[in-house]
Amino acid sequence: MDWQALALTLKLAAITTAILLCIAIPLAAWLALGRSRWRVLAEAVTGLPLVLPPTVLGFYLLVLLGPRTGFGRTINILLGHPLAFSFAGLVVGSVIYSFPFAVQPIVAGFAAIDSSLIDAARLLGAGPVRLIRTVLVPLAGRSLLTAAILSFLHTLGEFGVVLMLGGDIPGATRTLSIVLFNQVEGFDYTAANRTALTLLVFCVLALILVYARPASLNAGWSGNRQNREDRRDG
Amino acid sequence: MVELSLKARRGSFHLDIECRLAAPWTVVFGPSGAGKSTLLRLIAGLDRLARPDSGHIAIQDQLVSDTITGTHLRPGKREVGLVAQQPALFPHLSVAENAAYGLTDISRQARAQRVSDMLELVGAASLADRSPRALSGGEAQRIALARALAPMPRLLLLDEPLSALDAEARDQILTRLQNWLSERAIQTILVTHDAADALATQAEVVVLREGKLAALGPAAEVLSAEHKRLKARLNIG
Repeated sequence: MDWQALALTLKLAAITTAILLCIAIPLAAWLALGRSRWRVLAEAVTGLPLVLPPTVLGFYLLVLLGPRTGFGRTINILLGHPLAFSFAGLVVGSVIYSFPFAVQPIVAGFAAIDSSLIDAARLLGAGPVRLIRTVLVPLAGRSLLTAAILSFLHTLGEFGVVLMLGGDIPGATRTLSIVLFNQVEGFDYTAANRTALTLLVFCVLALILVYARPASLNAGWSGNRQNREDRRDG
Repeated sequence: MVELSLKARRGSFHLDIECRLAAPWTVVFGPSGAGKSTLLRLIAGLDRLARPDSGHIAIQDQLVSDTITGTHLRPGKREVGLVAQQPALFPHLSVAENAAYGLTDISRQARAQRVSDMLELVGAASLADRSPRALSGGEAQRIALARALAPMPRLLLLDEPLSALDAEARDQILTRLQNWLSERAIQTILVTHDAADALATQAEVVVLREGKLAALGPAAEVLSAEHKRLKARLNIG
């Protein structure tokens, strides 16, 4: 087992997930509750990584972050090194690649919250930040957990973007998927089997966590809805 | 005083109202679908489409919505409290935390005192630590009322807010509430489709029919036909 690659993969997945949640929560609130005409465009752009081949995304990111573009040169000057073929570059690529897996469950969670609760908070003076912090996030706990797990798993298994953008640098950009690819290419099926099994076990355990649906998360919201139904019946 | 000049189309429904509501306690009366709740939501700035198609809304001479100047204050800036039939309590917060939600610019001690006073006013002081999930419909409506009153709004909008209470408890709370509001000069607009609610108060009554203002004036005058119908139904001279 390539422990260095495993540690790097987990680190990449954890950092990507944390960044994604920070970006996805406010964006999802805007997508779920906003009325802007730009919403449709934002939704389309957000969902793009779902249908775009990872190699295409990786190629464009490689070009964008490389020395051929003004953006890439600026980053190079600011950081002292190019983002392409670095761990930081992988994080950027992973965040973009896993974007819909974080945003879409959270949008669904926010959109399912009873609109009268959101109206009540707004009327009581809650601005967007307070609304997200005190109403949306606490009531969409399960969706946030789903988003976090899906983002983590999706990053864990990504290959195309990593290979295009990061190459295969041990300790910097060599993730488990790249290790698996190398093992298969070298006909070392025993090692490949161990690596694949590690990824498989991680994914199955995480998905069990998603489908187990902890009762404490979202219990308040669903309980409230149940309450209203009870009142209506009674 | 609330000044309304509104034209709003929501699907096949047209709301077209122009009036000034100056009485401290105004009852908006009309059948279901007359546009009563839409009117309150427009005043509060909560309508799904948020703004009227044309016209303006002024509260105490301050324009809160005006299609000519493009003014549209967000709900929290209007200093308006709204209590609807559906209490919409935050299920993850306790009763006391719900009541305190609109109190952000005062000290912790003052907040606790205000919450305690409000819960006392609506007869729910003993429920402070309860979860909204453990409340009956009537209790939840009382808490929603306390929550709306806590920030001391300049205008209180009530959309059949105590419908889950029995008539005696409702009258008790309404009487206490009317006194409390008049002491603090908080103007109130109460929506009802029950003529008895409108006739029970000395309020000014607005009658809405199919989104249009059908009448405006003292309850006994405006609702005389309803008054006669109710008396006949109860077999009172």
